[in-house]
Order: sequence, then structure tokens, then C-alpha cells
Amino acid sequence: MADTKTRKGAAKQDVLKVYGVSEELALELMRDMLLYRRFEEKAEEAYAIGKVGGFCHLHIGQEGAAAGSIKPLREDDYVISAYRDHTQAIAKGVAPNAVMAELYGRVGGASGGKGGSMHIFGAHVRFMGGHGIVGAQVPLATGFGWKIKYREEDSVVICYMGDAAVNQGAFHESLNMAAVWKLPVIYVVEHNEYGMGTAFSRVSRTDMEDKSGAHGIQGVSVDGQDVLATYALFRKLVKDVRDGAGPQFVNLETYRFRGHSMSDPVSGTYRSTEEVERRKQEEDPIRVLKDKLFAAGVLDQHGLETMDAEARRISQEATDFAEASPVPGPETLYRNVWAEEGPHGRLYFDGRSRD
Amino acid sequence: MAVMTYRDALNAALREELERDPDVFLMGEEVAEYDGAYKVSRGLLAEFGPQRIVDSPISELGFAGLGVGAAMAGLRPVIEFMTFNFAFLALDQVINNAVKMHYMSDGQFDVPIVFRGPSGAALQLGAQHSQACETYYSHAPGCKVVTPGTPADAKGLLKAAIRDDDPVAFMEGELLYNMKGEVPDDADFVIPLGVADLKREGSDVSIITHGKMIHVALQAASKLEKDGVQADVLDLRTIRPLDMDAILTTVAKTNRVVYVEEGWPYAGTGAQIVSMIQEEAFDQLDAPVIRVTQADIPMPYAKNLEVLAKPSAERVVQACNRVLYR
Repeated sequence: MADTKTRKGAAKQDVLKVYGVSEELALELMRDMLLYRRFEEKAEEAYAIGKVGGFCHLHIGQEGAAAGSIKPLREDDYVISAYRDHTQAIAKGVAPNAVMAELYGRVGGASGGKGGSMHIFGAHVRFMGGHGIVGAQVPLATGFGWKIKYREEDSVVICYMGDAAVNQGAFHESLNMAAVWKLPVIYVVEHNEYGMGTAFSRVSRTDMEDKSGAHGIQGVSVDGQDVLATYALFRKLVKDVRDGAGPQFVNLETYRFRGHSMSDPVSGTYRSTEEVERRKQEEDPIRVLKDKLFAAGVLDQHGLETMDAEARRISQEATDFAEASPVPGPETLYRNVWAEEGPHGRLYFDGRSRD
Repeated sequence: MAVMTYRDALNAALREELERDPDVFLMGEEVAEYDGAYKVSRGLLAEFGPQRIVDSPISELGFAGLGVGAAMAGLRPVIEFMTFNFAFLALDQVINNAVKMHYMSDGQFDVPIVFRGPSGAALQLGAQHSQACETYYSHAPGCKVVTPGTPADAKGLLKAAIRDDDPVAFMEGELLYNMKGEVPDDADFVIPLGVADLKREGSDVSIITHGKMIHVALQAASKLEKDGVQADVLDLRTIRPLDMDAILTTVAKTNRVVYVEEGWPYAGTGAQIVSMIQEEAFDQLDAPVIRVTQADIPMPYAKNLEVLAKPSAERVVQACNRVLYR
């Protein structure tokens, strides 16, 4: 037993030393990823029974990306994302209850039931939204960076996008401007290899890491299924950018374990069931971290189960909250169309009563 | 009062608002070192520096979106499009991001941004540089649309647009920039959005219009006067919010209406106004409302064809005579 302890102790030091991560932080990252997994599974269930409508894009398989990259941020840093946005919102500080209630279209939702799964907002923690047009959030992130520079602040922006977004003009126009004006933005591609059902290799002749080079931004790749590596990279990048290094581009390599959205099959015409099953076995970010922490003796099965139970409890509470939250009343239909309704002139043309 | 050009009136509005609010900045192609493609921003770089008067790359989508993000984060950008013809590249950022952000975040984010530049035809610039664009913007709830036709309106309305908390599409006219007129010097000369202006008073027929077409309408009114016909010329000034009270007042006065606009007829601003007049003042009308618009074709280059395509005073006079059954 004494030998085992020594061996585990040595391994623990090795695992965490490589990344410069404390035991507490490593466990926190595990807790976060478990919550994101269980939360998304709850969303999946709710969608299946018709509680959630519209499009619903799950982050299952990509939990390491949200957990590892957002952890080094401060509350006054900005995060913006595309439509696979639930867990990033939670990571930035939007309450799981509010995210789930938004999926349900309830008043307790993060966007009052007006946004839905693709449009989670959290102004109070500078979560600047989930956005539904591929790549169109990238100029917005550039604008947050512009504001930080304009006001001479030291916040940082993280802008997430999927791999398909780098073929949009919005991406290239933004990176060019960010480079020219040296804006404090970290552009992050969550490269899950498929833009919906189109493999990235089918729509690009160049590698992801090279996409920013033409704009004078050196790209860097990281294994997004390794949350410790992801965290370590972002800790460095966030510090560099805060210190004035200018824009960064990260190819965060990951893999989604579910279909593009809830309307799509997990596998089929564009990727095989075997591929998905193999990747789930080999590259589950929760399993990758679990193996490391078990081997290092930082976590055991009992500890993991305790954490998992807590993740399930929070997720259940979120669905309970969403269920209990009322639907938005008809009086909210016309609310917040305009920020300023002046005393003059007509703004609405549908001829309907707004009372 | 000072007599100044429409261009200088816009310049004065920008200068005053830049002085008034440090969060206001101007970004666009050629706005700084070149002094603006149409010299609207002349001298502002020297006065306010490159952080606030910003030359952008030719990336309409990109810098429009940057402006939307900056506005969400608390600044008050003025984004200049060299012309609104180029702003189609940025339309996704305007409609999907600027205009919908306040609603889909349930009021968490305001987007106080002005998109401005010339819209509509100048002289022989061909199909791609000669389009009146206001209906693309007024179509979307969440977007205010302003179309000043005189130097005074240009100044007062631009100041209101910059101070407004919603996205505003502010449409100028290349052929208006050199036009002179009296403009109040007062730094607080602000014309509220949503207030139309009766540019000429008459009792026989109402010519309702906006933007640079007010000048065509006024020419037509002068010609009509020689025939003993007195026309009300109502300048809407802003398309959204829309001063419907002023429209109903002139309709009640003359019972005969011609709408004049620079754009195409199909689903144009005039189509909207006609629909509302027939819904809300049907009993006041003594004749069907007629529209005078650009010919329903892309703008041709040849000078004679361009003249034929544009709304003209003669066509407005003919339309007025039709509603007067003369």
C-alpha cells in the first residue's frame, strides 16, 4: 500500500504539473464538464417529449471546450458564441435554470423566452449571446474588442464559432480588422470536423490552423478533448491578450457526439456509426480527464459519482424551474422591439392593439 | 441661422455630437484621411483623432458588424457607407444583428448605432450605384429610417439619430450635398424622429414624399400653381417612425393624394402609405391615391434613359391632374 501511495503521489504531481493546474481546479473542471453533460442530456430529454421546440444544438462531446477556455476569464471579459451555446452560457455565469427555462420558452429564461436555444443572452456576466447566422457573430466580437480598446480597458473577448464559419466573409473581414487595430479578441474555432453534414476537408484546401495566417495572426491548435491542455492554453492566451498581444486564433479540435441539431441523426450519410462510437470511446473529454485524475489519485470512483449526482441534481432542478416558470404573457409580445419609443410618429404597422 | 450646404450641415451635426459624447465615433471607408468620399467628414480627423474618425478597410459587412458589437458594448458608432448601394453586403449585420438584438435578448442589449450615407440615384452612375434603399430597412421592426431632404433637416435629424437608442438608417443624397439652405446654429437644434414637415401649403391636392423627392414635388407644386392648383407638399422626413397624423391631416384637407418616391413601386414606401390611407381615411378620398416612382427597371446609364426612369416634376404634375380629374 505504501508503494501504491508513493506511485500515485508521483503521478499526481506529473499530471497536474504539466499543465500547471491545481488539484482543486482540476476537480472543478471535472464538475463543470459533468454539469454540461447532464444539462444537455436533460435538454435532449425535454426536446424528445416536446417541451423544447425549434432547433436545439447540443454540446455533448465538446464539454472540454467550454470548461477549459472560459475558466481563465474574468466576469468583465466578453464571450460570444454561435447557436451551440447552452454550456458556454453556463460557463460564463448564466444560471442553468435560466438557460433551461429559455429552451422551454418561459419568462424565467435567460432571454425571457424571446430568444430560444440559439439566442441565450446574459448581459450581467457579459455573455453576449448565441447567434444563429453562421459566422455573423464574429464581427460583433470584433466590435467588443474595439470598445475595450476605445475605452482603454483590459478586458478580453472570446469569440466561438464552428469550423464552417471560417469560410464566411465575416470571419476574414473580422480577423483582418482585429489584426490591423490589434484588438483583444481570441477567435476560437470549435472544430468538430463537420459543418452540419459537410466534412471540413470537403470544403477547404487548407488546414484550420492556417486560416488566420493571411491576416497576420498565428494560429494555434489544441486538443479540446483534453480540458487541462485547453485550460493551460487559454490561461496563457488570455494573459497575453490582456497584456496587449492583440488578436489570437485557436483551432480547438473537438468532436460532437450527437447530431448537428436535435432534428438530425447522430450518424448516417455523412459519418458512420463506427466513427462516432470509436471517437466516443477514445475522445470523451470527461473520460480523458477521469483517467488522468484516477491515475493520479486525485479522484476516485466514489468522488466521481458524488460529483455526477450533484450535476444531475442541478440539471433536474433546472428542468423543474423551467417547468414551473410561466410562459410569457401576451403583454410581452410587443415589449423590447424598440429601445426608445419617442412621443412622435408610428412605429408599428400591423394595426393590432398592443395592450 | 447660417446658410450652409447639406454637406456642411451633416458635418456640423457630426462635430457637435462628437464633442458632446466621447462614446460617439465615426467609422467607414475614406472617412478620415481622405475627408470622406463626399467630404461630409471634412476636418474631423484633425479635430478628433484617428481613434474616433476611423478609416476602415473595404469590408462593409465587417465594419458594420464591428459597429453593432461596439454599440452592444456601450459605444455610439456612426457607420458611414460610401453609398447605401454598398450596404447590401452588410444587410445581414443590420437586419439580423442590429435590428433584432434588443428583442431577442429581451431588452438586455440596446444597439444605438447610425448607418449613414447617400442612397438613391445621382447622375449616370448606372444600375449598381443608383438605388433608393429605404424600404429594405423600413421593412424591419427595430430599425428607424430617416431621409432628410434639406440642410436644416439633415443637421437636426442626424443629431436626433445619433442620440437615439435604436439602430437608425440615415439616408442622404449625393445630389443634395451641395444644396444650400438656412440651418440653425444652436448646438441643441434637434429635430425629433417621427415628425413630418409641411414644405408647402395648399388646399387642392396633397403631394406626400420623402428625401430628395421633396424637391421634385416642390417643382411640381410651382408648375401646378401656374395652373391655379395649390398643392400641400408633405415631407415625411422619417419613414419609421411615421407621422401618420400629418398624413391624415393633409388627406382630410385636400381629399386627393399623390405619393412620390425615388425607389421602385413594388412594396415600396408609397405602397405602405397608400394602404394606410385607404384603411384609415377611405371616406376622405375623392380619388384613388396615385404613386409616382422610379420606372420599374434597373437604372439605365444613358442620360436620356436615366431621365425617363426617374420620377420627374412633369410626371408628378400629371399625377396630380389625374387625381384632380383635370
